[in-house]
Amino acid sequence: MNHLSEEQLILHYYGEEGETLLAEQHLDHCEECRSLYSSLQRVLNVVDSLPLPQRGAEYGEQVWNRIESQLPVRRKFWNFPSPFRWAVAGTAIAGLLVAAFVAGRFYPAQQQSHRNTILANATTDPQAGERILLVAVGDYLERSQMVLVELANANPKSAMDITSEQERAADLVSESRLYRQTALHSGNTAVASVLDDLDRVLLEIAHSPSRLTPEDLEKLRDRLHAEGILFKIRVLGSNVRNQEEPAASTVPAKI
Amino acid sequence: MELTDAVFVTRARSGDTEAYRVLVERHSRALFRLAFRMTGNEQDAEDVVQESFLRAYKQLSKFDERATFGTWLYRIATNYSLDLVRSRKRRQANLAPSDPEMDDPVLSLPSTDPTPERMTLSGEVRERVAEALKDLSPTERTAFILRHFEGMCIEEVSRVLECQPGAAKHSVFRAVQKLRRALEPLVSPAR
Repeated sequence: MNHLSEEQLILHYYGEEGETLLAEQHLDHCEECRSLYSSLQRVLNVVDSLPLPQRGAEYGEQVWNRIESQLPVRRKFWNFPSPFRWAVAGTAIAGLLVAAFVAGRFYPAQQQSHRNTILANATTDPQAGERILLVAVGDYLERSQMVLVELANANPKSAMDITSEQERAADLVSESRLYRQTALHSGNTAVASVLDDLDRVLLEIAHSPSRLTPEDLEKLRDRLHAEGILFKIRVLGSNVRNQEEPAASTVPAKI
Repeated sequence: MELTDAVFVTRARSGDTEAYRVLVERHSRALFRLAFRMTGNEQDAEDVVQESFLRAYKQLSKFDERATFGTWLYRIATNYSLDLVRSRKRRQANLAPSDPEMDDPVLSLPSTDPTPERMTLSGEVRERVAEALKDLSPTERTAFILRHFEGMCIEEVSRVLECQPGAAKHSVFRAVQKLRRALEPLVSPAR
Protein backbone atom coordinates (compact mmCIF):
# COMPACT_ATOMS: atom_id res chain seq x y z
CA MET A 1 0.00 0.00 0.00
CA ASN A 2 1.34 3.44 -0.93
CA HIS A 3 1.41 5.75 2.03
CA LEU A 4 0.41 9.40 1.79
CA SER A 5 3.28 11.80 1.24
CA GLU A 6 3.89 14.69 3.63
CA GLU A 7 2.68 17.05 0.90
CA GLN A 8 -0.57 15.09 0.55
CA LEU A 9 -1.08 15.24 4.31
CA ILE A 10 -0.53 19.00 4.28
CA LEU A 11 -2.96 19.42 1.37
CA HIS A 12 -5.48 17.29 3.21
CA TYR A 13 -5.07 19.36 6.38
CA TYR A 14 -5.85 22.52 4.43
CA GLY A 15 -8.61 20.88 2.41
CA GLU A 16 -6.84 21.76 -0.86
CA GLU A 17 -7.52 20.12 -4.21
CA GLY A 18 -9.50 16.98 -4.84
CA GLU A 19 -7.30 14.72 -2.74
CA THR A 20 -9.31 15.05 0.42
CA LEU A 21 -11.63 12.11 -0.11
CA LEU A 22 -8.79 9.83 -1.18
CA ALA A 23 -6.66 10.89 1.76
CA GLU A 24 -9.57 10.44 4.15
CA GLN A 25 -10.19 6.91 2.94
CA HIS A 26 -6.51 6.10 3.27
CA LEU A 27 -6.30 7.57 6.75
CA ASP A 28 -9.25 5.42 7.84
CA HIS A 29 -7.25 2.32 7.13
CA CYS A 30 -3.60 3.24 7.65
CA GLU A 31 -2.42 3.63 11.19
CA GLU A 32 1.03 4.86 10.18
CA CYS A 33 -0.33 7.73 8.09
CA ARG A 34 -2.94 8.49 10.75
CA SER A 35 -0.19 8.86 13.30
CA LEU A 36 1.79 11.18 11.01
CA TYR A 37 -1.33 13.21 10.33
CA SER A 38 -2.09 13.52 14.05
CA SER A 39 1.42 14.77 14.62
CA LEU A 40 0.99 17.36 11.86
CA GLN A 41 -2.29 18.49 13.43
CA ARG A 42 -0.69 18.84 16.86
CA VAL A 43 2.13 20.96 15.44
CA LEU A 44 -0.22 23.26 13.58
CA ASN A 45 -2.53 23.52 16.59
CA VAL A 46 0.38 24.76 18.68
CA VAL A 47 1.15 27.38 16.04
CA ASP A 48 -2.51 28.37 16.15
CA SER A 49 -2.33 29.17 19.81
CA LEU A 50 0.08 32.11 19.47
CA PRO A 51 -1.66 35.09 21.07
CA LEU A 52 -3.31 37.64 18.80
CA PRO A 53 -4.45 41.03 20.11
CA GLN A 54 -8.11 41.63 19.34
CA ARG A 55 -9.61 44.65 17.62
CA GLY A 56 -13.28 45.52 18.03
CA ALA A 57 -15.93 46.43 15.48
CA GLU A 58 -15.08 50.13 15.86
CA TYR A 59 -11.47 49.56 14.79
CA GLY A 60 -12.13 50.40 11.14
CA GLU A 61 -13.52 53.77 12.15
CA GLN A 62 -10.48 54.45 14.35
CA VAL A 63 -8.15 53.66 11.44
CA TRP A 64 -10.16 55.96 9.20
CA ASN A 65 -9.93 58.79 11.73
CA ARG A 66 -6.17 58.40 11.81
CA ILE A 67 -5.65 58.44 8.05
CA GLU A 68 -8.41 60.72 6.76
CA SER A 69 -6.44 63.94 7.14
CA GLN A 70 -3.41 62.40 5.43
CA LEU A 71 -5.19 61.33 2.25
CA PRO A 72 -4.11 63.33 -0.79
CA VAL A 73 -6.88 65.31 -2.46
CA ARG A 74 -8.35 63.55 -5.47
CA ARG A 75 -10.41 65.92 -7.64
CA LYS A 76 -13.85 64.70 -8.53
CA PHE A 77 -14.14 64.91 -12.29
CA TRP A 78 -17.93 65.13 -12.31
CA ASN A 79 -17.85 68.04 -9.86
CA PHE A 80 -16.26 70.31 -12.46
CA PRO A 81 -18.58 72.89 -14.06
CA SER A 82 -20.61 71.42 -16.88
CA PRO A 83 -18.98 73.20 -19.89
CA PHE A 84 -15.53 72.26 -18.68
CA ARG A 85 -16.65 68.66 -18.12
CA TRP A 86 -17.87 68.36 -21.68
CA ALA A 87 -14.71 69.98 -23.01
CA VAL A 88 -12.56 67.45 -21.19
CA ALA A 89 -14.76 64.55 -22.30
CA GLY A 90 -14.68 65.78 -25.90
CA THR A 91 -10.90 66.13 -25.86
CA ALA A 92 -10.53 62.67 -24.38
CA ILE A 93 -12.74 61.10 -27.06
CA ALA A 94 -10.87 62.94 -29.80
CA GLY A 95 -7.60 61.74 -28.31
CA LEU A 96 -8.82 58.18 -28.26
CA LEU A 97 -9.86 58.39 -31.91
CA VAL A 98 -6.46 59.75 -32.91
CA ALA A 99 -4.71 57.05 -30.86
CA ALA A 100 -6.86 54.33 -32.45
CA PHE A 101 -6.09 55.71 -35.91
CA VAL A 102 -2.34 55.85 -35.23
CA ALA A 103 -2.38 52.35 -33.74
CA GLY A 104 -4.22 50.98 -36.75
CA ARG A 105 -1.90 52.81 -39.13
CA PHE A 106 1.36 51.66 -37.59
CA TYR A 107 0.66 48.23 -36.10
CA PRO A 108 -0.19 45.04 -37.93
CA ALA A 109 -3.69 43.74 -37.37
CA GLN A 110 -2.65 40.59 -35.56
CA GLN A 111 -2.65 40.48 -31.79
CA GLN A 112 0.43 41.98 -30.16
CA SER A 113 1.78 41.11 -26.80
CA HIS A 114 1.75 43.64 -24.00
CA ARG A 115 5.55 43.76 -23.99
CA ASN A 116 5.83 44.40 -27.71
CA THR A 117 3.35 47.21 -27.31
CA ILE A 118 5.60 48.80 -24.72
CA LEU A 119 8.54 48.66 -27.10
CA ALA A 120 6.48 49.83 -30.06
CA ASN A 121 5.05 52.78 -28.13
CA ALA A 122 8.47 53.72 -26.84
CA THR A 123 10.01 53.77 -30.29
CA THR A 124 7.16 55.56 -32.11
CA ASP A 125 6.45 58.16 -29.46
CA PRO A 126 9.48 58.84 -27.25
CA GLN A 127 7.48 60.71 -24.59
CA ALA A 128 4.77 58.08 -24.27
CA GLY A 129 7.47 55.41 -24.40
CA GLU A 130 9.35 57.08 -21.57
CA ARG A 131 6.21 57.15 -19.40
CA ILE A 132 5.30 53.54 -20.13
CA LEU A 133 8.88 52.47 -19.52
CA LEU A 134 8.92 54.22 -16.14
CA VAL A 135 5.76 52.49 -14.95
CA ALA A 136 6.93 49.08 -16.16
CA VAL A 137 10.46 49.49 -14.82
CA GLY A 138 9.19 50.71 -11.43
CA ASP A 139 7.13 47.57 -11.02
CA TYR A 140 9.97 45.41 -12.31
CA LEU A 141 12.47 46.93 -9.88
CA GLU A 142 10.15 46.39 -6.92
CA ARG A 143 9.80 42.72 -7.74
CA SER A 144 13.54 42.30 -8.32
CA GLN A 145 14.28 44.02 -5.04
CA MET A 146 11.97 41.61 -3.20
CA VAL A 147 13.90 38.61 -4.52
CA LEU A 148 17.31 40.07 -3.71
CA VAL A 149 16.30 41.29 -0.25
CA GLU A 150 14.90 37.88 0.64
CA LEU A 151 18.22 36.28 -0.24
CA ALA A 152 20.27 39.01 1.39
CA ASN A 153 18.32 38.64 4.64
CA ALA A 154 18.20 34.85 4.73
CA ASN A 155 19.24 33.18 7.97
CA PRO A 156 23.06 33.10 7.75
CA LYS A 157 23.32 29.93 9.83
CA SER A 158 21.24 27.52 7.79
CA ALA A 159 20.99 26.30 4.21
CA MET A 160 18.13 27.68 2.14
CA ASP A 161 15.97 26.26 -0.63
CA ILE A 162 15.71 29.04 -3.19
CA THR A 163 13.51 27.31 -5.78
CA SER A 164 10.77 29.92 -5.66
CA GLU A 165 13.29 32.81 -5.74
CA GLN A 166 14.94 31.18 -8.77
CA GLU A 167 11.63 30.90 -10.60
CA ARG A 168 10.96 34.57 -9.96
CA ALA A 169 14.53 35.52 -10.98
CA ALA A 170 14.14 33.61 -14.26
CA ASP A 171 10.84 35.37 -14.98
CA LEU A 172 12.43 38.73 -14.24
CA VAL A 173 15.38 38.01 -16.53
CA SER A 174 13.06 37.22 -19.43
CA GLU A 175 11.26 40.54 -18.82
CA SER A 176 14.36 42.66 -18.42
CA ARG A 177 15.60 42.25 -21.99
CA LEU A 178 12.65 44.19 -23.29
CA TYR A 179 13.03 46.97 -20.73
CA ARG A 180 16.75 47.28 -21.49
CA GLN A 181 16.06 47.53 -25.22
CA THR A 182 13.30 50.06 -24.60
CA ALA A 183 15.54 52.12 -22.34
CA LEU A 184 18.30 52.12 -24.96
CA HIS A 185 15.86 53.06 -27.73
CA SER A 186 14.61 55.99 -25.71
CA GLY A 187 18.20 57.04 -24.88
CA ASN A 188 17.88 56.22 -21.17
CA THR A 189 21.33 54.72 -20.70
CA ALA A 190 21.36 55.05 -16.90
CA VAL A 191 18.27 52.82 -16.62
CA ALA A 192 19.73 50.39 -19.17
CA SER A 193 22.98 50.16 -17.25
CA VAL A 194 21.33 49.33 -13.90
CA LEU A 195 19.06 46.81 -15.62
CA ASP A 196 22.16 45.25 -17.15
CA ASP A 197 23.84 44.83 -13.74
CA LEU A 198 20.62 43.50 -12.24
CA ASP A 199 20.21 41.05 -15.08
CA ARG A 200 23.62 39.49 -14.40
CA VAL A 201 22.81 38.97 -10.71
CA LEU A 202 19.36 37.53 -11.45
CA LEU A 203 20.82 35.19 -14.06
CA GLU A 204 23.33 33.95 -11.54
CA ILE A 205 20.55 33.29 -9.01
CA ALA A 206 18.37 31.57 -11.60
CA HIS A 207 21.21 29.20 -12.50
CA SER A 208 22.56 28.48 -9.02
CA PRO A 209 21.86 25.18 -7.28
CA SER A 210 18.37 25.33 -5.76
CA ARG A 211 19.73 24.70 -2.28
CA LEU A 212 22.27 27.22 -1.06
CA THR A 213 24.60 26.46 1.83
CA PRO A 214 25.35 29.20 4.37
CA GLU A 215 28.67 29.72 2.54
CA ASP A 216 26.89 30.13 -0.82
CA LEU A 217 24.52 32.63 0.76
CA GLU A 218 27.44 34.51 2.25
CA LYS A 219 29.11 34.70 -1.17
CA LEU A 220 25.92 35.94 -2.73
CA ARG A 221 25.50 38.57 -0.04
CA ASP A 222 29.11 39.69 -0.56
CA ARG A 223 28.48 39.94 -4.28
CA LEU A 224 25.32 42.02 -3.78
CA HIS A 225 27.17 44.22 -1.34
CA ALA A 226 30.26 44.64 -3.55
CA GLU A 227 28.23 45.61 -6.59
CA GLY A 228 25.92 47.83 -4.58
CA ILE A 229 23.10 46.45 -6.67
CA LEU A 230 20.41 46.88 -4.02
CA PHE A 231 21.45 50.48 -3.53
CA LYS A 232 21.33 51.11 -7.28
CA ILE A 233 17.87 49.53 -7.51
CA ARG A 234 16.56 51.66 -4.64
CA VAL A 235 17.95 54.87 -6.13
CA LEU A 236 16.63 54.08 -9.60
CA GLY A 237 13.30 52.91 -8.16
CA SER A 238 12.96 56.15 -6.24
CA ASN A 239 13.81 58.23 -9.34
CA VAL A 240 11.37 56.25 -11.42
CA ARG A 241 8.59 56.69 -8.88
CA ASN A 242 9.19 60.44 -8.75
CA GLN A 243 9.05 60.76 -12.52
CA GLU A 244 6.20 58.32 -12.83
CA GLU A 245 3.85 60.25 -10.53
CA PRO A 246 2.73 62.95 -12.99
CA ALA A 247 2.21 60.33 -15.68
CA ALA A 248 0.21 57.96 -13.50
CA SER A 249 -3.13 59.33 -14.50
CA THR A 250 -2.47 58.88 -18.21
CA VAL A 251 -0.72 55.52 -18.37
CA PRO A 252 -2.41 52.22 -17.56
CA ALA A 253 -0.27 50.27 -15.14
CA LYS A 254 -0.12 46.72 -14.02
CA ILE A 255 -0.47 45.85 -10.33
CA MET B 1 -27.75 43.86 -0.73
CA GLU B 2 -24.21 44.88 0.25
CA LEU B 3 -22.25 46.56 -2.53
CA THR B 4 -18.97 44.94 -3.57
CA ASP B 5 -15.51 46.39 -3.01
CA ALA B 6 -15.21 47.01 -6.75
CA VAL B 7 -18.05 49.55 -6.61
CA PHE B 8 -16.37 51.47 -3.80
CA VAL B 9 -12.97 51.31 -5.50
CA THR B 10 -14.46 52.90 -8.63
CA ARG B 11 -16.08 55.65 -6.56
CA ALA B 12 -12.91 56.23 -4.53
CA ARG B 13 -10.89 56.56 -7.73
CA SER B 14 -13.11 59.37 -8.83
CA GLY B 15 -12.47 61.21 -5.58
CA ASP B 16 -15.22 59.92 -3.30
CA THR B 17 -13.45 59.66 0.06
CA GLU B 18 -16.57 58.29 1.76
CA ALA B 19 -16.31 55.29 -0.57
CA TYR B 20 -12.73 54.77 0.52
CA ARG B 21 -13.87 55.01 4.12
CA VAL B 22 -16.11 51.98 3.52
CA LEU B 23 -13.14 50.03 2.20
CA VAL B 24 -11.03 51.01 5.21
CA GLU B 25 -13.76 49.97 7.62
CA ARG B 26 -14.27 46.68 5.83
CA HIS B 27 -10.65 45.60 5.72
CA SER B 28 -8.99 47.11 8.81
CA ARG B 29 -9.42 44.22 11.22
CA ALA B 30 -8.26 41.57 8.76
CA LEU B 31 -5.32 43.73 7.79
CA PHE B 32 -4.36 44.19 11.44
CA ARG B 33 -4.40 40.42 12.04
CA LEU B 34 -2.17 39.87 9.02
CA ALA B 35 0.18 42.72 9.97
CA PHE B 36 0.51 41.50 13.56
CA ARG B 37 1.38 38.02 12.41
CA MET B 38 3.88 39.35 9.93
CA THR B 39 5.59 41.76 12.33
CA GLY B 40 4.88 40.15 15.71
CA ASN B 41 4.48 43.59 17.21
CA GLU B 42 1.30 45.52 17.95
CA GLN B 43 2.68 48.98 17.27
CA ASP B 44 4.29 47.89 14.01
CA ALA B 45 1.04 46.22 13.01
CA GLU B 46 -0.81 49.52 13.56
CA ASP B 47 1.77 51.29 11.40
CA VAL B 48 1.38 48.69 8.68
CA VAL B 49 -2.41 49.06 8.66
CA GLN B 50 -2.25 52.83 8.46
CA GLU B 51 0.54 52.99 5.88
CA SER B 52 -1.03 50.28 3.70
CA PHE B 53 -4.30 52.17 3.42
CA LEU B 54 -2.45 55.40 2.62
CA ARG B 55 -0.30 53.69 -0.03
CA ALA B 56 -3.31 51.93 -1.51
CA TYR B 57 -5.17 55.23 -1.80
CA LYS B 58 -2.23 56.91 -3.52
CA GLN B 59 -1.91 54.00 -5.94
CA LEU B 60 -5.61 53.52 -6.65
CA SER B 61 -5.05 54.67 -10.22
CA LYS B 62 -2.73 51.70 -10.73
CA PHE B 63 -5.16 49.14 -9.31
CA ASP B 64 -6.23 46.62 -11.93
CA GLU B 65 -10.00 46.38 -11.57
CA ARG B 66 -9.96 42.74 -12.57
CA ALA B 67 -8.08 41.99 -9.34
CA THR B 68 -9.58 41.78 -5.86
CA PHE B 69 -9.10 44.87 -3.72
CA GLY B 70 -8.44 42.74 -0.61
CA THR B 71 -5.70 40.72 -2.31
CA TRP B 72 -4.09 43.87 -3.64
CA LEU B 73 -4.21 45.45 -0.19
CA TYR B 74 -2.69 42.32 1.37
CA ARG B 75 0.16 42.53 -1.14
CA ILE B 76 0.87 46.12 -0.15
CA ALA B 77 0.67 45.21 3.55
CA THR B 78 2.92 42.13 3.31
CA ASN B 79 5.57 44.05 1.37
CA TYR B 80 5.50 46.89 3.86
CA SER B 81 5.55 44.47 6.83
CA LEU B 82 8.64 42.73 5.45
CA ASP B 83 10.37 46.07 4.93
CA LEU B 84 9.49 47.12 8.46
CA VAL B 85 10.71 43.89 10.03
CA ARG B 86 13.98 44.10 8.12
CA SER B 87 14.64 47.71 9.02
CA ARG B 88 13.81 47.03 12.68
CA LYS B 89 16.15 44.06 12.72
CA ARG B 90 18.93 46.22 11.32
CA ARG B 91 18.22 48.95 13.88
CA GLN B 92 18.16 46.50 16.77
CA ALA B 93 21.32 44.79 15.56
CA ASN B 94 23.04 48.16 15.80
CA LEU B 95 21.56 49.01 19.19
CA ALA B 96 21.74 45.71 21.05
CA PRO B 97 23.55 43.07 19.04
CA SER B 98 24.07 40.87 22.08
CA ASP B 99 20.39 40.49 22.96
CA PRO B 100 18.93 37.62 20.95
CA GLU B 101 15.40 38.35 22.19
CA MET B 102 15.50 41.76 20.60
CA ASP B 103 16.75 40.41 17.31
CA ASP B 104 13.44 38.92 16.35
CA PRO B 105 10.14 40.72 16.06
CA VAL B 106 8.17 37.56 16.69
CA LEU B 107 10.08 36.83 19.88
CA SER B 108 9.57 40.35 21.11
CA LEU B 109 5.81 40.05 21.34
CA PRO B 110 4.37 42.75 23.57
CA SER B 111 4.43 41.66 27.17
CA THR B 112 1.12 42.76 28.62
CA ASP B 113 -0.70 41.18 31.56
CA PRO B 114 -1.31 37.47 31.17
CA THR B 115 -4.38 36.70 29.10
CA PRO B 116 -5.95 33.23 28.89
CA GLU B 117 -4.29 32.70 25.49
CA ARG B 118 -0.95 33.82 26.79
CA MET B 119 -1.29 31.48 29.76
CA THR B 120 -2.03 28.48 27.54
CA LEU B 121 1.01 29.06 25.42
CA SER B 122 3.78 30.36 27.53
CA GLY B 123 7.46 30.05 28.20
CA GLU B 124 9.38 27.49 26.24
CA VAL B 125 6.61 26.54 23.83
CA ARG B 126 5.94 30.14 22.80
CA GLU B 127 9.61 30.81 22.27
CA ARG B 128 10.05 27.66 20.22
CA VAL B 129 7.07 28.50 18.01
CA ALA B 130 8.37 32.03 17.55
CA GLU B 131 11.85 30.72 16.80
CA ALA B 132 10.48 28.26 14.25
CA LEU B 133 8.49 31.01 12.52
CA LYS B 134 11.58 33.19 12.52
CA ASP B 135 13.58 30.50 10.73
CA LEU B 136 11.21 30.58 7.76
CA SER B 137 12.28 32.67 4.80
CA PRO B 138 10.18 35.83 4.23
CA THR B 139 8.34 34.13 1.35
CA GLU B 140 7.66 30.99 3.38
CA ARG B 141 6.48 32.97 6.37
CA THR B 142 4.17 35.10 4.24
CA ALA B 143 2.80 32.09 2.37
CA PHE B 144 2.23 30.19 5.60
CA ILE B 145 0.51 33.10 7.35
CA LEU B 146 -1.79 33.70 4.39
CA ARG B 147 -2.68 30.01 4.03
CA HIS B 148 -2.78 28.95 7.64
CA PHE B 149 -4.05 31.97 9.53
CA GLU B 150 -5.88 33.91 6.84
CA GLY B 151 -7.36 30.81 5.22
CA MET B 152 -6.47 31.90 1.66
CA CYS B 153 -6.37 29.18 -0.97
CA ILE B 154 -3.09 28.56 -2.80
CA GLU B 155 -4.33 30.51 -5.82
CA GLU B 156 -4.95 33.61 -3.68
CA VAL B 157 -1.63 33.21 -1.88
CA SER B 158 0.13 33.15 -5.25
CA ARG B 159 -1.61 36.37 -6.25
CA VAL B 160 -0.44 38.13 -3.09
CA LEU B 161 3.10 36.80 -3.53
CA GLU B 162 3.02 37.52 -7.27
CA CYS B 163 4.27 34.06 -8.16
CA GLN B 164 2.94 30.90 -9.80
CA PRO B 165 0.52 28.76 -7.72
CA GLY B 166 3.09 25.94 -7.80
CA ALA B 167 5.71 28.16 -6.19
CA ALA B 168 3.20 29.36 -3.57
CA LYS B 169 2.24 25.78 -2.79
CA HIS B 170 5.89 24.83 -2.34
CA SER B 171 6.46 27.79 -0.05
CA VAL B 172 3.59 26.56 2.14
CA PHE B 173 4.99 23.00 2.05
CA ARG B 174 8.45 24.14 3.01
CA ALA B 175 7.08 26.29 5.81
CA VAL B 176 5.00 23.46 7.28
CA GLN B 177 7.86 20.99 6.92
CA LYS B 178 10.24 23.32 8.73
CA LEU B 179 7.71 24.02 11.48
CA ARG B 180 7.05 20.35 11.87
CA ARG B 181 10.72 19.48 12.17
CA ALA B 182 11.22 22.22 14.73
CA LEU B 183 8.10 21.69 16.83
CA GLU B 184 7.37 17.99 16.65
CA PRO B 185 9.52 17.10 19.68
CA LEU B 186 7.51 19.64 21.61
CA VAL B 187 4.12 18.14 20.88
CA SER B 188 4.83 14.43 20.69
CA PRO B 189 2.55 12.44 23.01
CA ALA B 190 5.54 11.02 24.92
CA ARG B 191 6.41 14.50 26.16
